Amino acid sequence: MNRYVWPLVAVMALLVFLVMGLRHGDPRALPSPFIGKPAPQFELPTLKNPEVTIGTNTMAGDYSLVNVWATWCVMCRAEHPFLLELAAKKAIPIYGINWRDSRLEAIRWLDDLGDPYLASAYDEDGRVGIDWGVYGAPETFLLDPAGTVIYKHLGPLDAVIWQREFVSRMSGGGQAQ
Amino acid sequence: MIPEIGQFALILSLALAVCQTIFPLVGAHRGDAAMMGVGRTAATGQFLFVAIAFACLTYAFLTSDFSVLYVANHSQLALPTLYKVSAVWGAHEGSLLLWILLLAAWTLAVARFSAGLPEAFAARVIGVLGFLSIGFLLFALLTSNPFDRLIPAPADGGDLNPLLQDPGLAIHPPLLYIGYVGFSVAFAFAIAAMISGDLDQKWARWTRPWTTVAWMFLTLGIALGSWWAYYELGWGGWWFWDAVENASFMPWLIGTALIHSLAVTEKRGLFKSWTLLLAITAFSLSLLGTFLVRSGIIVSVHAFATDPTRGFFILTFLAVVVIGALVLYAWRAPSLDSDVGFGLLSRETFLLLNNVLLVVATALVLIGTLAPLVVEMMTGGKISIGPPWFNVAFLVPMLPLIILLGMGMHTAWRTQKADAWWRVLRIPAIVAIVLGVVIPLLFYGRVSLLLVVGCGAAAWIVITSLIQPIRSLRREKGTAGITRSALGMSIAHLGMGLFVIGVTIVSAFGVESDQALQPGESIEVAGFEFHMVGLSNVRGPNFSAIEAEIEIRDDGELVDTVRPQKRQYLVQKSWMTEAGIRAGLDKDLFVALGDQLGQNAWSVRIQYKPLIRFIWLGALVMALGGLIAISDRRYRAGSRETEATA
Repeated sequence: MNRYVWPLVAVMALLVFLVMGLRHGDPRALPSPFIGKPAPQFELPTLKNPEVTIGTNTMAGDYSLVNVWATWCVMCRAEHPFLLELAAKKAIPIYGINWRDSRLEAIRWLDDLGDPYLASAYDEDGRVGIDWGVYGAPETFLLDPAGTVIYKHLGPLDAVIWQREFVSRMSGGGQAQ
Repeated sequence: MIPEIGQFALILSLALAVCQTIFPLVGAHRGDAAMMGVGRTAATGQFLFVAIAFACLTYAFLTSDFSVLYVANHSQLALPTLYKVSAVWGAHEGSLLLWILLLAAWTLAVARFSAGLPEAFAARVIGVLGFLSIGFLLFALLTSNPFDRLIPAPADGGDLNPLLQDPGLAIHPPLLYIGYVGFSVAFAFAIAAMISGDLDQKWARWTRPWTTVAWMFLTLGIALGSWWAYYELGWGGWWFWDAVENASFMPWLIGTALIHSLAVTEKRGLFKSWTLLLAITAFSLSLLGTFLVRSGIIVSVHAFATDPTRGFFILTFLAVVVIGALVLYAWRAPSLDSDVGFGLLSRETFLLLNNVLLVVATALVLIGTLAPLVVEMMTGGKISIGPPWFNVAFLVPMLPLIILLGMGMHTAWRTQKADAWWRVLRIPAIVAIVLGVVIPLLFYGRVSLLLVVGCGAAAWIVITSLIQPIRSLRREKGTAGITRSALGMSIAHLGMGLFVIGVTIVSAFGVESDQALQPGESIEVAGFEFHMVGLSNVRGPNFSAIEAEIEIRDDGELVDTVRPQKRQYLVQKSWMTEAGIRAGLDKDLFVALGDQLGQNAWSVRIQYKPLIRFIWLGALVMALGGLIAISDRRYRAGSRETEATA
């Protein structure tokens, strides 16, 4: 095959990929290597107060959500109202990991849109994100009272996904509301 | 009645586009002059009818004819007249019509100014452009008809998205589209040359001015979009690596590579197949951008309303166009291998590196834009990878590009003697490094490695760009001086230098501060005192606003008074931030109102943006360079004479 055919091959591959992109329907859960394992340990300053730190230990004791977000992330803005709704119903404690963001922008975002988080960790350089296997924002982890990751969702959270994937995995305390 | 005329005109232009495709292509194949001649006439007719359709839609907006669905959704009685006109291209259907109009206009221009080209070649170019018109006209008529009726008509419309109610954004899409669509001409030239198999250097000469014009408009369009984002979105940023921005930036990068590669093909007959591939790629990326923006496949802040049938249509069209072009390429390109060589130290080498780096940069942007899609397909989640990735990834090919740019300009074709080369460049190199340290230290009082690299690189480009023009100015008599196309190149590169210094300084020394402020209070940011004098209510034609009066003082002396507004648009009930900006070449002082905190207190975002104007000034100068380059006699004299003498 001559080398002048390669552009054609590359474009065909891209086109197939784009067709699949248009086609794909049913969102599936991500088989995360973290599921069933203790959440990776971390210790980070909180977003609003750099003096105070927050870590995996803070989250233990109850079911909790760990939501990875950033101000540059469009879909985070989309899921934000739902997080606020969960927080308002006190459905579950929500912790944030503000990922690769500017502190100023992030605080402003919470001031503007409301703050659903009990606290947000400020992961400026994305190190903790790597430990947690974060691909991008938003991602949401469900932790059980022992601090084990029992579910991970990629992309914005909404009521349907919450009911189907999260509520069903929690027993007892987490569902009380 | 008028909308039906528009609809009918659109159908007629489709019929004419079909004629414009079939007759010249068949005619050129058979050598039938009469059939080829149909192309020009059909192109003129097609433009006329598309213009009628466009005028009908504009009329529907101006008369607020809400029985047209598109008008009802995107206009409103109280909308100022300027925005009633710009609302025509304010959403998917109308912007597609604008795209079609501009494609027809480019075709008309090619038909008019192609008198110097061989008849069969011109006919093929017009035929290929006609084929593209068919695709877009079908797209409009089948999936996105702007003339669809809404019966019964509502009393008032849903208003134009308030973000788009701005003079800058009124002209941003037309400029951008002229650029986007303009690459279709380079594409058509490439296809015509490949069909005929006659791929000599003349092809590159004919293509060059068209490509440069398209590139100029794309440059201006992107810069205007960035400027708009800066003052209208209220964030004070100027580039967000949003999918839609990337969609316009990728054709720009490849278009830039194409301009450079065309220079080599024209002057030296090298890189022929590579140039063809770039011409195909530039337009394909324009189409891909259209697909990404209009199919809703990628989430973006300014995505159009999503509709999967539209996505499938564009994707099919994209596939036909690109696969067709690349099959032709795979067939013709192997015969283009050139046996002309060039030295390791030669302008050819630098232009080759330029191309490689620009293509790498494009690939990185493409990967970053499509990565969220990959993740979505594998896992179902929508994520964004965001500016942190792009900023780093993009810098990697760009830094060497900037350094090489200054060297390439002073390197001769074929082969360059190293010692003479070094004699020209050593002083600029030293001066650039010194300036790299001095500029940040002297003006801004701080220096770091990145600053030295950024300022040094900018100084390097500026100095090396100016050497040739200054030399030709000095020896006014005697020597012929610099050609327009060389001067254009120098100016465009100078623009690049201004852009780099702007980006470097504003990212290093820009200050942002969010504070609470109420009337009578002052705060200090970056050495300036911002004093809120008072708040008042103002009313616009279709919005009401709260306006703050803020005095900016430097050492007690009044610099300026700015009036940022928080507007609520009455129909869509959305809040918009209208920043108050004290603009200056050396710095911008930017004040935007955030939220009301208490009775009278507001959160205020204050920004100090040194040299940010250089970013857009640089783009403007780049476009100016393009303008100077195409005014070169070589293109104006027409290729007919050159052919006669050849």
